Amino acid sequence: MNITVAAVALVAGIYVWWLAVRRLTTKPWEAQGTYDGRDTAQMAGPAAARIGLWVFLAVATSFFALFITAYLMRMNPEAVKGVDLRDWRPVADPAILWVTTALLVAGSCGMQLASWALRRGDFQRARAGMLAGGLFAIAFLAGQWLAWRQLQAAGYYAAGNPANAFFYVLTGLHGLHLLGGLFVWGRAASRMYQGSTAGDSTRLSVELCTVYWHYLLLVWLVLFGLLLIT
Amino acid sequence: MQPEYKKLEWWLIGLTTVGVAAMLAPGLVVWAKFVTVPDDAAVVEAVGQQWSWSFRLPGEDGVLGAIDATLIGADNPFGMDANDPRGQDDVLVFGPELHLPLDKPVKVLLRSKDVLHNFTVPQFRVKMDTVPGMVTFMWLTPTRTGEFEILCEELCGMGHFAMRSRVVVDDADTYQAWLANQRTYAQLTARPAADLVAGATAYSVCSACHGINAEGNQALNAPKLAGLPKWYLTRQVHNFQDGMRGGAPGNDIAIQMSAIVEPLDETTIDNVVAYIATLPDKAAHSTIRGDAAAGASSYITCAYCHGAAGQGSWSTNAPPLAGMSDWYLARQLQQFREGHRGRHPQDLHGAQMARLSRVVPEGKQTDDLLAYINTLR
Amino acid sequence: MSYVAIADQHAHMHDPQTFLTRYVWSQDHKVIAIQYMVTAMAIGLVAIGLSMMMRLQLGFPDTFHFINPANYHQFVTMHGMIMVVYLLTALFLGGFGNYLIPLMCGARDMVFPYLNMVSYWVYLLAVLVLVASFFVPGGSTGAGWTLYPPQAILTGTPGAGWGIILMLVSLAFFIVGFTMGGLNYVVTVLQARTRGMTLMRMPLSVWGIFMATILALLAFPALLVSAIMMALDNQLGTSFFMPAIMSLGEQTGHKGGSPLLFQHLFWFFGHPEVYIVALPAFGIVSDLISVHARRHIFGYRMMVWAIVAIGVLSFVVWAHHMYVSGMNPYFGFFFATTTLIIAIPTALKVYNWVLTLWRGDVHLTVPMLFAIGFVFTFINGGLTGLFLGNVTVDVPLSDTYFVIAHFHMVMGVSPVLVVCGAIYHWYPKMTGRMTSEVLGKLHFWLTFVGTYAIFLPMHYLGILGLPRRYYEMGDTYFLPDSVQSMNAAISVAALFVAASQLIFLFNLAWSLKHGKPADGNPWRATTLEWQTPETPPRHGNWGPELPVVYRWAYEFGAPGHKEDFVPQNEAPDGRVPATHGQASHG
Repeated sequence: MNITVAAVALVAGIYVWWLAVRRLTTKPWEAQGTYDGRDTAQMAGPAAARIGLWVFLAVATSFFALFITAYLMRMNPEAVKGVDLRDWRPVADPAILWVTTALLVAGSCGMQLASWALRRGDFQRARAGMLAGGLFAIAFLAGQWLAWRQLQAAGYYAAGNPANAFFYVLTGLHGLHLLGGLFVWGRAASRMYQGSTAGDSTRLSVELCTVYWHYLLLVWLVLFGLLLIT
Repeated sequence: MQPEYKKLEWWLIGLTTVGVAAMLAPGLVVWAKFVTVPDDAAVVEAVGQQWSWSFRLPGEDGVLGAIDATLIGADNPFGMDANDPRGQDDVLVFGPELHLPLDKPVKVLLRSKDVLHNFTVPQFRVKMDTVPGMVTFMWLTPTRTGEFEILCEELCGMGHFAMRSRVVVDDADTYQAWLANQRTYAQLTARPAADLVAGATAYSVCSACHGINAEGNQALNAPKLAGLPKWYLTRQVHNFQDGMRGGAPGNDIAIQMSAIVEPLDETTIDNVVAYIATLPDKAAHSTIRGDAAAGASSYITCAYCHGAAGQGSWSTNAPPLAGMSDWYLARQLQQFREGHRGRHPQDLHGAQMARLSRVVPEGKQTDDLLAYINTLR
Repeated sequence: MSYVAIADQHAHMHDPQTFLTRYVWSQDHKVIAIQYMVTAMAIGLVAIGLSMMMRLQLGFPDTFHFINPANYHQFVTMHGMIMVVYLLTALFLGGFGNYLIPLMCGARDMVFPYLNMVSYWVYLLAVLVLVASFFVPGGSTGAGWTLYPPQAILTGTPGAGWGIILMLVSLAFFIVGFTMGGLNYVVTVLQARTRGMTLMRMPLSVWGIFMATILALLAFPALLVSAIMMALDNQLGTSFFMPAIMSLGEQTGHKGGSPLLFQHLFWFFGHPEVYIVALPAFGIVSDLISVHARRHIFGYRMMVWAIVAIGVLSFVVWAHHMYVSGMNPYFGFFFATTTLIIAIPTALKVYNWVLTLWRGDVHLTVPMLFAIGFVFTFINGGLTGLFLGNVTVDVPLSDTYFVIAHFHMVMGVSPVLVVCGAIYHWYPKMTGRMTSEVLGKLHFWLTFVGTYAIFLPMHYLGILGLPRRYYEMGDTYFLPDSVQSMNAAISVAALFVAASQLIFLFNLAWSLKHGKPADGNPWRATTLEWQTPETPPRHGNWGPELPVVYRWAYEFGAPGHKEDFVPQNEAPDGRVPATHGQASHG
């Protein structure tokens, strides 16, 4: 559970720090009648969506960190004394995972280019970047599917070994998160291809998709690294 | 009307902290004792399963033999590794009681064959879960002699509340006498193969009532035996011999039976039981009428031990019910309910059934239940 | 980038016209809150019914033959799961969180109203799946609310086929639905507070719900993770939690899994869950006590810090549920220490409630009775918590009635008292009518005295060693016969308490039409929800202009004011922008 505790401690630490910054030590009864303009938010809309995404990423981080903790506890004989752990047979990670990793990096780059382009006002290029980001992500998912097929063909069944089971579960859940992102991406991309300029909501979608793509890339790199070194 | 009173609040925090520390410190000191097993502690193993306990002592070498959960089966209930020389002298205790010597620290190793259980003797003040896949432990020093009940305190399925057993704390002499009566793994596996011819000869006495093919005879109050597994027959013969059945007034038929099996020795029992196993298992005639559909819901409880098809199971110590003499089942349910069976202190499996027999009330519901069991053949 | 703050988009938030859009497919936080409350209370009634079944069996064994051991375990399991997750979590966060956060923060609605609506419907789906599990072959799961593997998915446990799968699916829906709602609560508190509503001016109710939501967002994933792995163990035959074992004499084919891994994951969710229920209760009760004692909450800042501290600490105490689980016993030192540390901020909150009452102008209204009842019960449950948190004392007491008594006091009765008090308190705002005070007091005394009659004797039974989750104790060596008589008495008390909840429901239903009309601020409270232009507040809450906050939420008895309280939105010159005090009944 150490990783989870660390992750939660990190999130909690950021949160407490942020609260402290907000001057949790003010004495509210002394501030009567005054109006403290600095600490009023009044910023729903885009700001709310941004914060909403970040809160969701915190939830997803907790989710993946717990899975990684479970992975290490299940694998590592030191963590649970006395359990018969002779059954862990590492998965031979399919080479195609390197390709899919590259695809995901490309997808993230496409999204980032789209974001930058929008900020510059270059709508054409933003459209292209957005399209590339989504298509690379779809290609990534196809590649992950191929990796599953290869493992199945090589006899790595989920029930055969916990290492296999974890491989399918971790890649599967990461893929599901990406699918959810692609849903939002699909709506934003179709809006971009219907109009010739980007409205506020489109800008916001592109920005949020970019953050989400980077986040899922980061998660994938951590997961892939974990699968590689174990 | 101060909104806060810092000094007071800090005082309260400080005093609370002191109070909490004062409570925690002795707790941690005692816990340090809990986790430190004395070097001279004897080792005992308690094994939990749905829904009974068995025990293993290390024997003369003081070391428990290796076990493997995948070896567990009807012939090897402990999952003993036959190739491990350290396991040959292990003493296997199938119940009903574990004996412990007075004033000797003992480390209880705990394991489980199926699900989580918890080894609890309320008077010991220590308890620990048994976890399949690992060996947990606790230790204690018994300080007075007597009998103490073992309970399971981790919800382990339908029979959780009926998973009872007993610890008996003895003085040194009594303990040695008990130990001398127990069998080692080597002794249990070295039993000679059964002699079917001798078994057939010995069975001729039984056949007078139970029938040539052990098909049973209601007129003589003799139930069908064919189809009952060896472990069940053996145990019941021993129960009759040891007075767990037919040892107390109130059941003339059982008293009669216990007189008949009294002279049988171990070898003869093995032979007879093996012979009965060769007889054809033909379903007995139904004699009880009832609403089988209504009985199905009562059978839900029975199915947990006796199996959904009434096939019985060695691991729950439950005999098959399907195709057996229904009038006999009815009478035994009655005996269990009324305390004529399952009340003897040594008969823990019987006690378990006695607890569960009360789940189904007598009368129509029992008839319906037996009618349902009759459909399982 | 130009945008209009959503909180000021009143023109865009036209009132929904049809009945369907107004009350069913509503995106109004107040309607969603009431939907959550009604659903949670409905499923809670089922859970009360289940507990009555348990009490019938325990009080009068061998009497009710329709309760067999398998049923009994199913009742135990579903009672626990419904009460903890589907009733209390949903009611506090989905119900009161939804209702109070926008109103108390001075927002027009949650920041993502559509998501908020979906959140409720997913929750309802979770409840329906849960209810469906009663009717599948084999019935609902009987593995205990902790759903420990291996037993949860093996045939020796009732509902090991369909029941457990539906349970896991229902939990997954619940978590997804809750996450949607939780995002809303957090972001609304962070982003949609009105002008002048600094964090330190927020009422403690909002603080408690806010912190609890953060805990839930971070903790529920642990339950989701374990549910996913358990479902795979069951359906695909993987071995995450399943070691090599037999099930009723047959080898299962699993190998190497760790049942303790599940327990760690479960309690990593399960312990914060206690505070997910407790923190909103802490917050709400602070406000109830302050309003009905006509006095500022004592030590507001300490109360806020304590909420934050408890929230953070609640993530490092989970294994105190596992002292006898077979985990490395050395963990006991660490978790006993952290557990007792968490008692300090909790104790501080209790001191401050009592110090608020001290020299307050205590009005023994119905909400106040419930609030004081909570403080009593919580002290009781908290003290027994010190027993159980201290590892050495826990060992003999774990898995006995003492544990049942402890957690029912601390997270059963206490939060439920707050729920009742809070409903009596905010009912006038929700409906425009007062509840019957006579019935309310009757309900309080029956509930308060009754729950003590139930749970106080259980402490004693636990110290005697009576194990929990037993279908019947039967003959035993070590318990006196009086144990059975006491169990019978407890069952009678439980029947009374359950019946007295009908008074509560009757009161709520009756007052809807016949209650005394309430004005906008019947309790003369300072917080914003009592200053809305209409009661009940309309869609958008505030009329044309949002309130502006000039002071904290606990301004009582300030000199120079006509009344003994000063609303948060009263300007220093005494001007109140919104026309409060009007009632609209309909």
